[in-house]
Amino acid sequence: MGNKKEITIKAFRFNAETDYLPYYKTYKMEVGRDELILDLLNRVKWEHDGSFSYRRSCRHGICGACAITVNGKATLACKQNAMDLVELFGDELIFEPQSKKRAVKDMIIDKGDFWEKHAAVKPYVVADVDPNPSSESTMSQEQVEQFLDADYCIQCGACHYACPVVEVNEEYFGPAAFAAAYRFSVDPRDNASKDRLEATAEMGPGVWDCVKCFECAEACPKDVNPIEKITKLHNMQFEQGVAKRNVATKHAEGFIRSIKKFGYLDEQDIVLYSEGLGVVKHLSEAFKMIKAGKVHPFDVMKKKMPRSKNLDEIQKLIEISQKNEL
Amino acid sequence: MSNLKYALYTGCTARESTPELLSSTMAVAKKLGIELILLDEASCCGASHLQDFDDFLSLVLNARNICYAEKLGLDMVTICNTCQLNSAMTKERLDSDPELKAKVNEKLAEVGLEYKGTSRVRHFQYALIEDYGLDNLSAKVEKPLSHFNIAPFYGCHNIRPSELHHEVNGGENPYAPTSLDDLIEALEGNSVDYESKNKCCGFHVDLQAPKTSNALSGTALVDAIDNNADLMVTPCPLCQLNMDLKQDSAGKQLGREIDLPVLHLPQMIALALGCSAEEIGLKFNVTKATELI
Repeated sequence: MGNKKEITIKAFRFNAETDYLPYYKTYKMEVGRDELILDLLNRVKWEHDGSFSYRRSCRHGICGACAITVNGKATLACKQNAMDLVELFGDELIFEPQSKKRAVKDMIIDKGDFWEKHAAVKPYVVADVDPNPSSESTMSQEQVEQFLDADYCIQCGACHYACPVVEVNEEYFGPAAFAAAYRFSVDPRDNASKDRLEATAEMGPGVWDCVKCFECAEACPKDVNPIEKITKLHNMQFEQGVAKRNVATKHAEGFIRSIKKFGYLDEQDIVLYSEGLGVVKHLSEAFKMIKAGKVHPFDVMKKKMPRSKNLDEIQKLIEISQKNEL
Repeated sequence: MSNLKYALYTGCTARESTPELLSSTMAVAKKLGIELILLDEASCCGASHLQDFDDFLSLVLNARNICYAEKLGLDMVTICNTCQLNSAMTKERLDSDPELKAKVNEKLAEVGLEYKGTSRVRHFQYALIEDYGLDNLSAKVEKPLSHFNIAPFYGCHNIRPSELHHEVNGGENPYAPTSLDDLIEALEGNSVDYESKNKCCGFHVDLQAPKTSNALSGTALVDAIDNNADLMVTPCPLCQLNMDLKQDSAGKQLGREIDLPVLHLPQMIALALGCSAEEIGLKFNVTKATELI
């Protein structure tokens, strides 16, 4: 059992039906080495305050119901050892719902946006299946490996609510929906891959709005690594000819233009090339950069651009390694 | 202190729009007796955007960069979080997948190179802390930063994904990082505790989704200001650019006036070590910071 430790739990409390604002209540308790965060949630409810509310069900890391945050860290309560978090954060653990603005009661949130976005990417195999099959539908080991563990997702919402883009862009699908879109698009039985790729290529809701912060990879309790699937979806847009020419796709492809010429990224060219006429909206910033001496607007011959040594090697490697086109 | 020597992968930004990052890095190294060999053969890391377009090509180019550090028999240090991410991710993928490594080496062989996996890849920030040591750094301080409240902004790609970085960033906890705070304290500055220190600045969507970018950078800047920061410091030139350059548009979107100098980490260290104004290069900072000297 090991040594017990006295800790303080500061829990977010809110009842949307009766409270105007949320508040925090503190509970002191002795915690043992083998207790889980779910045990502590239970103890708050059973030993301190019966009105304390949270979701729980399977207790086996499978149903995804008990996801909360502890000191800002996305946490699946039934899988997370409490003392490990005490070692990480100290003697005060702060329990909060995954999304404070969606709080309904204490740890319980309205997860409607998550389910709506998840459903929108068709998170199932789309296929005409013979209702009376004469043989099993089999998959090779290689095909299964293509899933990259995306099928371990339990829809707990940890990545979704850890994503800063979900927080500021209401139409954004979010990392869990993208991981599902990837998982079903690489399924050899599926026929809707193109629909999913087109939907997730849209500016605003789609993968191009990902800020690449890796919060989703950090948050996932099942190591699904959603951002890896987001990158895969980006690649698949080009591989399958779904990518449309827009500021984001040109920005990704445009790197090769500069690298071929200089080895380095031409920071001015990438903005001009990606934006086209839209470049005018960057004028005030461009002016500030010129004023600070950061860019050289009249360097038409690109004399100030750095050039990598052995540039011919870089050019050769691009020539023989490039796989995708826009 | 035995001679510390590294291969420096500058990335693009330090050679273009943030020359102050390169000059202050070199100045800090000189003051501390650290030798930095510039990897002039290296190319752009792809900044996570080339990766979206052509993953394999970006692996080949990043592996080539590391080859040149290996040829020198030196560990590589980076001064941009995104360069660090893409270099480290390439290294991790090739070191853990012999088949992929062979495919990449097949291409590299065409230009007479081979990726072996013998060089460590670390951000200069962590090489300083791990190899040089904060106590030794403290002993070199000529101008203590004691009159400044400094907000550390860690930048995503040095701390997440933690599994990738934990062996080269001192096992930093991405939810409660401390290394920049420790560095600030070692230079006798007052580190500002604020919620946004480990959050994203939004740089990578600045072209296609400026509203998202402004919301994220603006929130972090305002958070630092509301916690009495006099300046912000970051090890990532992309965070620095986004947060230094776009204060007006972020402020407009948030309905707040934002005016906070944002320094590169080596600029802050160079200040404390008494490097010259030329080396620190504050004239290149867009949000006025020259009065800090």
